[in-house]
Amino acid sequence: MSIAEWSEADLGVQGRVLTVVRAPDPVLSAPSPPVDPADPSIVQLAADLVATMRVSPGCVGLAACQVGVSAHLFCVDVSTHPKTRTSHGTFVLCNAEVVEASRKEKGREGCMSVPDLTGDVKRGTRLTVRGLVPGGGEKVVIETDAFEARALQHEIDHCAGFLFLDRVAGAHAVYPRQTYL
Amino acid sequence: MEPVSLIAVTVIGHDRPGIIADATAGLAGLGLNLEDSTMTLLRGHFAMMLICRGDSSPAAVEDALAPLAADGRLLVSARAVPDEDEPGTPGRPYALTVHGGDRPGIVSAVTRAVAEAGGNITDLTTRLTGELYVAVAEVDLPADADEHAVAARLREVGADLGVGVTLRSQETDVL
Repeated sequence: MSIAEWSEADLGVQGRVLTVVRAPDPVLSAPSPPVDPADPSIVQLAADLVATMRVSPGCVGLAACQVGVSAHLFCVDVSTHPKTRTSHGTFVLCNAEVVEASRKEKGREGCMSVPDLTGDVKRGTRLTVRGLVPGGGEKVVIETDAFEARALQHEIDHCAGFLFLDRVAGAHAVYPRQTYL
Repeated sequence: MEPVSLIAVTVIGHDRPGIIADATAGLAGLGLNLEDSTMTLLRGHFAMMLICRGDSSPAAVEDALAPLAADGRLLVSARAVPDEDEPGTPGRPYALTVHGGDRPGIVSAVTRAVAEAGGNITDLTTRLTGELYVAVAEVDLPADADEHAVAARLREVGADLGVGVTLRSQETDVL
């Protein structure tokens, strides 16, 4: 299947807006276990993640641990972000992993779970990721770049129990967040 | 007091526009040349440290900067320091992040583990925002240090404190 054609309507359930947890909540620092993409509770969680992302201004991705659930899935939608080149629209991936990341570049990242800080993080700007689509469980491979690549690496890090703070470039690469989106 | 060549100056206290301009004007007036300096705000307090060189004395620097401290809201100190040799064999550079719930003793426990591994911290910032405590350090590990063992030991120390600790190699691209 083409992930770009996917939409949350394919899940067949109504998403609910969940509360986003903040560091130092321990759920954010633990690796999330793999999930069964066909499990109805995972399908519901996928819809909930998208619904929560949609109502959060500026949010381009949300991992399950950010709503307090230790489960290896996340949603992404960078389609309206100015730094985006390639975009696959809205999608949710289960058990996703980075296959290849190259051409690392530094960029400033924030996170809904760390609302008061931002940081400079080097990420690959050419990225290949594979994962499973919730519901049908189809295997997909996504090749992307630029901001979508950064968002995917940020979310996959969440699933491994890492925040952008664990990747910042150095002692002077963490900044107080100036504006709240 | 005898003139010395290298003087360490610290200025810390209530922030306002113009502190750096005033302080460095005082140093320039004594013919001192600024070498390395760093300045930041620590929970809103102005904090500056610098090393300057020239034929002056710490007492003369403190006199020249006395107007800065006149209202009692800034502390100024000047001390003679020796020239430091560059380290002979530089270690391998790493970045270290600690984050978790705030509690006393996080920085001391983690930096103790770094020191026990022969690691030298070359830069450190810490921040407290709400309940979240974040420390990011730059660490030079000895060339023969086992980075995986050091990282594992740091994670152990972090687990005892209930905080996450990550150690990662610092990439340098020489162009």
